[in-house]
Amino acid sequence: MKITVNGTETEVQGDTLAAALDELGYGEAKVATAVNEAFVPATARDRALSPGDRVEIVAPRQGG
Amino acid sequence: MRVYETEIASRLMLGTAQYPSPATLAEAFRRSGAGIATVSVRREAGGERAGAAFWDLVRELGVTVLPNTAGCHSVREAVTTAQMARELFDTAWIKLEVIGHADTLQPDPFGLVEAARILTEDGFQVFPYTTEDVVLAERLLQAGCEVLMPWGAPIGTGLGLTNIYGLRTLRAQFPDVPMVVDAGLGLPSQATMAMEMGFDAVLLNTAVAKAGDPAAMAEGFARAVEAGRLAFEADPMEPRDMAAPSTPVIGKAFLS
Repeated sequence: MKITVNGTETEVQGDTLAAALDELGYGEAKVATAVNEAFVPATARDRALSPGDRVEIVAPRQGG
Repeated sequence: MRVYETEIASRLMLGTAQYPSPATLAEAFRRSGAGIATVSVRREAGGERAGAAFWDLVRELGVTVLPNTAGCHSVREAVTTAQMARELFDTAWIKLEVIGHADTLQPDPFGLVEAARILTEDGFQVFPYTTEDVVLAERLLQAGCEVLMPWGAPIGTGLGLTNIYGLRTLRAQFPDVPMVVDAGLGLPSQATMAMEMGFDAVLLNTAVAKAGDPAAMAEGFARAVEAGRLAFEADPMEPRDMAAPSTPVIGKAFLS
């Protein structure tokens, strides 16, 4: 299905957030996630994805 | 100073952005003596692992991290960003920014209060990036904030304390609330001034990161903050308009 990952339309095979993260190469990366503007904790990544979902994947960065 | 039941030893808080290199960042932190570092969360691509590398660097600094919601313009965006930051950095602390104006990066006071309330109820310990407005300060305290972070000047300008009267009024209105002057400082003398006025700490980033020698500037700010705090604690003299001789008048030889 087609979803949007960090603003880019992306095709994924898996039907959960965990499966999509794995498929897209995040593996054990230190990231946090949101789907459709709502935070999804790491413990809830078995959440199902639907076509058109907007997924945000972020990591620690420099900040002021 | 004590914030959210945590003793904070250094009154200088430093940002981690815009340094010419990771080594310069580390050296600037070392010479600043800063105990708190602000950090952010940003998009990461699959296989990128930049987050892990940055996180390793921050851990080596041995500082407490204060994640921000920089760049967020809505309550929802700020709340979701805070929740992601809490998970990534494993801290309840959040430097809450809800920006209301693109050119001045001025906080949106209405969104700020709403986001502060939502986050406090969700267990966050909110450090709100705010203005010197006393009404807004009151609302933030009512929303559960136990610290305020008024701006000195708009972020990244280096203009110093542009509203001395407003900042002095804010400090005087809430004498027991920890306050950190956050943003707009460009020179150590401006940090000294904030500390002399009784602010508990200063937070800066660009002034150090964009200096020709960031590590030297970091040390300059560290000394400036210490000088200002000492002066505040020393109870400064009252200024007066007319001269008053400091050398004794009595006993001067009569020679005219």
